[in-house]
Amino acid sequence: MMIFKGRAISKFSGEGEALVSKQPISFFGGVDRNGIIRERNHDLYGMDITGRILIFPRGKGSTVGSYIIYQLKKNGHAPAGIINIETEPIIATGCIIAEIPLIDRLEVNPLEKIRTGDYVLMDGKNGLVMVRRKIE
Amino acid sequence: MYLTKEEEKMLSGEYGPALRKAMELLVGLGDVFGAEKMIAIESTQISGASYNNIGDAGMEFLEELAEIGAKAKVKSTINPCGMDLDKWREMGINEEYYEKQMRIIRAFKRMGIEISCTCTPYLVGNLPKKGSHIAWSESSAVVFANSVIGAKTNREGGPSALAAAIAGRTPYYGLHIDENRVPNIIVKLEFKPRTAFEFSLLGYTIGRIAPSGIPYFKNLGTSDVDRLKIMGAALAASGGIAMFYLNAKNLDKAEKISIDWRELNQTKENLSSDGDPDLFCIGCPHCSPQEIKELARAIKGRRVRRGCGFWIWTSRGVYEKCKEYVKIIEGAGCKVFKDTCMVVYPLQLSGYSHMACNSCKAVHYVPSTSGMKASILELNSILERGLE
Repeated sequence: MMIFKGRAISKFSGEGEALVSKQPISFFGGVDRNGIIRERNHDLYGMDITGRILIFPRGKGSTVGSYIIYQLKKNGHAPAGIINIETEPIIATGCIIAEIPLIDRLEVNPLEKIRTGDYVLMDGKNGLVMVRRKIE
Repeated sequence: MYLTKEEEKMLSGEYGPALRKAMELLVGLGDVFGAEKMIAIESTQISGASYNNIGDAGMEFLEELAEIGAKAKVKSTINPCGMDLDKWREMGINEEYYEKQMRIIRAFKRMGIEISCTCTPYLVGNLPKKGSHIAWSESSAVVFANSVIGAKTNREGGPSALAAAIAGRTPYYGLHIDENRVPNIIVKLEFKPRTAFEFSLLGYTIGRIAPSGIPYFKNLGTSDVDRLKIMGAALAASGGIAMFYLNAKNLDKAEKISIDWRELNQTKENLSSDGDPDLFCIGCPHCSPQEIKELARAIKGRRVRRGCGFWIWTSRGVYEKCKEYVKIIEGAGCKVFKDTCMVVYPLQLSGYSHMACNSCKAVHYVPSTSGMKASILELNSILERGLE
């Protein structure tokens, strides 16, 4: 088990399988109501984010994205948590109003240290991320 | 982040779930931006009022917040919504859309927020005092508030402005702090802008060159409120500019740029589409009483050209004040819509295919919000081509 400390932005807790992207994500237009990534040419195109710990550099696009995150949560298709390299207000707002844990500025680069399929526990109160490596 | 005892109580839920939610968001964003504390605010302007923009997701969020008892603590107004609240049928809005837009309006009303539906709150009674802290989220109004009124606000998002309304506070960072309000670009003009159209082109050009700057216009040569209003909207549309100066000191570290007609012509070219416009629009930002009056003078006795639309956008407050002029304008076959605008209403429902407007902000957004073509034109050309 690896443990990393980061900055707690949305102070809730969650756990799930990691889904890692090297690209920024726009929830508005980029993710459909069922939690499927719909942005063309995105490295997660067609993937389902429901219940995953979604790890990506930062948010982008319209501020309406915050409301989309909230709606995903209400519909049962939200990620279980989000880890950014450096977050911004769209993702931060969405996670806080939807009560999804959000941690950024980990002491390591999460895109390198966490792989898709690893099991991740997020303690949003203390900004702790625990990672159990997927057995190949 | 330091919180007072009172703020701690709000955050812990002692005053109910609405204040807890509002404080969670404000504290979280305060953390993102490195705010040391909260500051009390005098007013808010809340964006994200159009069903066309925020959809079912935003509507449900606002309804839930109203349901758990959220109430605005300070004077709060909202942005244009997705239709004229009276003349929606004329705009091609269907019953389902109407009902959902009304659910959004009712949610705001329940929270004690004024149904102002305008991007120019400062023209209809939300006029904060000079030096006061506010939390505004309409980008053009943010520029106006910081630069013309002299109030202090960051560029808020819809939810953060709403949270600030509920909590009566906003995180203290960015443009709330005087040291961050120093001009860092000196703009020297090699020409004299005159019309609103030219001020808009200038704003759009500067926003593109210095998207996060605080420009000082050395020789702008005007303090006309309507011209500053349209320039501010453009500054915020092409970039992320939140304020400008007409008078400034402490310019030692500022970078100098000079702007001439060539740059403005380039901007004009970038904001032009092929073909002839068939929908002519004025009112981005919403028309002031003075602008409505001038339009009535120019339009009186003329007719809208066959096959074309001539739509003017303003606030409910200004519309009510200018009924006589509105009558003259509509007598010529033009439409005057209130509560909404070409950017937040689904303009493709107009039935036209190519909008012309004298505001760079409208021309910047309309192609992506409606799929229509858009071109920048000066007011005189709009009058010439739209009317006979």
